[in-house]
Amino acid sequence: MTHPAPRPGGASAALGGAVGGAVSGASTGAAPGGIPPARRGAPAAAAAPRRPSYERFRAPQDGRATALHAGAWWLWALGLATAASRTTNPLVLGLIVGVAGFVVAARRTDAPWARSYGAFLKLGLFVIGLRLLFSMLLGSPIPGTHTLFVLPEVPLPAWAQGIRFGGRVTAEQLVFAFYDGAKLAALLVCVGAANALANPARLLKSLPAALYEAGVAVVVAMTFAPNLVADVVRLRTARRLRGRPTGGIKAVLQIGLPVLEGALERSVAVAASMDARGYGRTAEVPPAVRHTTSVLTLGGLLGVCAGTYGLLAAQGAAYGLPVLGIGVVLALAGLRLGGRRSVRTRYRPDRWGARAWLVAGSGAAVAGLLIHAGGVDPAGMHPGVVPLVAPSLPLWPAASVLIGLLPAFVAPVPPKEASQ
Amino acid sequence: MIRFDEVSVTYDGAGAPSLRDVDLEVPEGELTLLVGPSGVGKSTLLGTVSGLVPHFTGGTLRGRVTVAGRDTRTHRPRELADVVGTVGQDPLAHFVTDVVEDELAYGMESLGLPPAVMRRRVEETLDLLGLNELRDRPITTLSGGQQQRVAIGSVLTTHPKVLVLDEPTSALDPAAAEEVLAVLQRLVHDLGTTVLMAEHRLERVVQYADRVLLLPARGAAPVLVTPAEAMAVSPVYPPVVALGRLAGWSPLPLSVRDARRQATPLRTRLSSAASSTLSAPPAPATPAPPAFEARGSGGGAPGNGAAPGLLARLLRRGKPQPTEPAEPAEPAAGDTARAHNLGLRRDSRQVLHGIDLTVPPGETIALMGRNGAGKSTLLATLVGTLAPTTGEVTVGGRTPHRTPPPEMVRRVGLVPQEPRDLLYADTVAAECAAADSDAGVAPGTCRALVSGLLPGVPDDTHPRDLSEGQRLALALALVLTGRPALLLLDEPTRGLDYAAKARLIEVLRGLAADGHAVVLATHDVELAAELADRVVILAGGEVVADGPTAEVVVSSPAFAPQVAKVLAPGHWLTVSQIAQALDATATE
Repeated sequence: MTHPAPRPGGASAALGGAVGGAVSGASTGAAPGGIPPARRGAPAAAAAPRRPSYERFRAPQDGRATALHAGAWWLWALGLATAASRTTNPLVLGLIVGVAGFVVAARRTDAPWARSYGAFLKLGLFVIGLRLLFSMLLGSPIPGTHTLFVLPEVPLPAWAQGIRFGGRVTAEQLVFAFYDGAKLAALLVCVGAANALANPARLLKSLPAALYEAGVAVVVAMTFAPNLVADVVRLRTARRLRGRPTGGIKAVLQIGLPVLEGALERSVAVAASMDARGYGRTAEVPPAVRHTTSVLTLGGLLGVCAGTYGLLAAQGAAYGLPVLGIGVVLALAGLRLGGRRSVRTRYRPDRWGARAWLVAGSGAAVAGLLIHAGGVDPAGMHPGVVPLVAPSLPLWPAASVLIGLLPAFVAPVPPKEASQ
Repeated sequence: MIRFDEVSVTYDGAGAPSLRDVDLEVPEGELTLLVGPSGVGKSTLLGTVSGLVPHFTGGTLRGRVTVAGRDTRTHRPRELADVVGTVGQDPLAHFVTDVVEDELAYGMESLGLPPAVMRRRVEETLDLLGLNELRDRPITTLSGGQQQRVAIGSVLTTHPKVLVLDEPTSALDPAAAEEVLAVLQRLVHDLGTTVLMAEHRLERVVQYADRVLLLPARGAAPVLVTPAEAMAVSPVYPPVVALGRLAGWSPLPLSVRDARRQATPLRTRLSSAASSTLSAPPAPATPAPPAFEARGSGGGAPGNGAAPGLLARLLRRGKPQPTEPAEPAEPAAGDTARAHNLGLRRDSRQVLHGIDLTVPPGETIALMGRNGAGKSTLLATLVGTLAPTTGEVTVGGRTPHRTPPPEMVRRVGLVPQEPRDLLYADTVAAECAAADSDAGVAPGTCRALVSGLLPGVPDDTHPRDLSEGQRLALALALVLTGRPALLLLDEPTRGLDYAAKARLIEVLRGLAADGHAVVLATHDVELAAELADRVVILAGGEVVADGPTAEVVVSSPAFAPQVAKVLAPGHWLTVSQIAQALDATATE
């Protein structure tokens, strides 16, 4: 989007390789599809002598050889999500969502998984709405003075003391609920951004061999949702063909069963196909190795859980980091050992190059800076609701969120017409 | 290469074995075609080769199947993955990954081949199957023929010795089918791969086969013979073989080329028969002329002295086609359905563009064209499930997408590509009761139709237990319950054997004779030749040809039925026409 349309694809792909550090001459084989060779070659050759020096750093076109590692996108998104979890300031949250949205708009492809971003946005809005609704219905411990309206209160029996249903609704509690909901929504939108930008199957390729089989199950399950939607559409059409209304509870019930049957049949067919194509071939390993693997993996995962909790709980940051580190090391050792059972090899896994470092690093930087900001400027990051004050935009945390825009400039540009 | 020793397969809960006493050896490096009517156990036999039967499907396998020296009793499918490649009927059910290149590599990754080998083989396979342009495309965006080629490619990369295919071309248009068959032949000839393939559409494949494995009936012992021997005795055979049997040719022709070499005497006999009786290209129950009358251009009675083909050609020459349907012609009042300047956009893609179509009562129209040409979309606009972006459609005087569904079922009925989408209930009787109340007709109407189309199916049968052909017949009965004047069928012969197809043709002819207009979207040129009065060819959402069947298909290499190709330039389409003409000469 920041570049003019006729791009010297071949040249920039090769340059991308140079920047990425590891791509050999083979990259031409996977050079962006859709551009005829003549167009691809000529402008590059013509522009070669007096190409400005910044051309070297221009983002290459996305192709198999230049593709950004899916893990980099996830790290970037998780960095933004961590940042979002550290603030309830709606302006900062809005900025984070905006940054994620901008990068998605600039760098997503038209692959099926890339369309999920809109769904996550809607989900975020739904979460905010739900949070507000519950706050209105169930009340809130936030003391408030600005009463907006009073709902009829439902008298509850004595054993349900402490729970309120209906009653006074104050501006303070609604603002608090909104801040809280917005935080959750921002987290969801960050996950949605990763989902839209990173191909789930590519991510699978980067999983340790021991996790591969579980990963396949997850990815196959994820492709089921779109299939189910397609089935529902088809069966609703078929209902119309028999002259029945397509809405209503009866329709849902009548369509539901065939949809589930269809899903089951398809999963059995995919399982048969995978089996016939060698899925699950294993190598023999001695029992001692198997047991060590289980112990290491379990211990490692426990460590990761405890460490993460410590980090996020805000009190236990002191012990959180080391425990997390030990957990990760144990789990990695377990996974590495577990990988001996698998005979699988990987076809053209994504490479982790300089651009991947930049993308992942930008996310980590945003997370780190906002965590720091939470310690230095708690008032700016968590605007008070009692008394009600208008949130102000803390300047330097906002500036640090903007670092998250970096991927929109360094990540490879998706081809304009991937599917015609 | 594949050795069957006294193999019988019995599924759990089944009374009789699905496959019995298979004792033969499929030779190495040949294309062996598995032939037989529906339900004789073709898919089961194919499943035993890959080990999916019985390891995956359950059931009991007696005897022994050995593939390249490996016994399938002791080797599970995944352990046979490096010697057997399996491609099923539905390529979409085969894919594990989402991008072409990854899909090609998937099998090799499972086998643990080194990355350099994988890379080389993927490039080779991309070239072999002509898929290089598609390497980065998501699989769901490909056409049917492309998907089938990717599915074949994905099992080829592991360099299997045996390739097992279950109806690889049944969902494809004629051109895409040729594409896939050319690839298979190349594999057999150049790489020495052993191919075992089942296919209902024998007219497409039998000439490529080196051997035919004939399963004549359920429970009968299969035989492995040459294609010519098999076709002499097989209960299922393509039109060219039927023609050969009728004319008493020996050896029986398997391809159009074989038949043309022997056809000269027949051609002269037919042309003399035609000139002496003045009834050449015979008009069966419903003659082609209504197409012309309805379009307001017919003056003289066709088929009167001159051959209709010639007359039609003359008529067409003098007639500017695009402007003609725009006239407010009075014969149009009787049309069952009309579409005028119909256009439809979907996701910024023009799926249909400027379609003019009239469907007079009692006429059968075949809609043809490659996968994705807009055939199903056109049917959907006629039935009202899609609203046109431009232009207008009327069916029985109403605009389909603005009419409530319960009223529409009495005017137009569509049997979708997958008839089971129409079936919700647990039993045939419940489906019929629901159809009666949906259409607002007397109880029992639907059941009577079902009994007519599907004799001997008990009320309490679950619709999913019916065979492909029976399910189609049930869906057809449900749709016909509302007595729609216009009947639409989307790809009705997919998965049907010749016997089921013959029954369907009979039923549809009866309906047309009762005044129902029938529109079928189909890739099956033989079906179109048997049934259609008029053929409409779509390409890129536009009508590129519209005229009587004999006119349109005889001149087209892709859409001509076998008989037309053999007897060109005569306008003969089906074996039954020839039989009638020969009978006429014999009685003189």
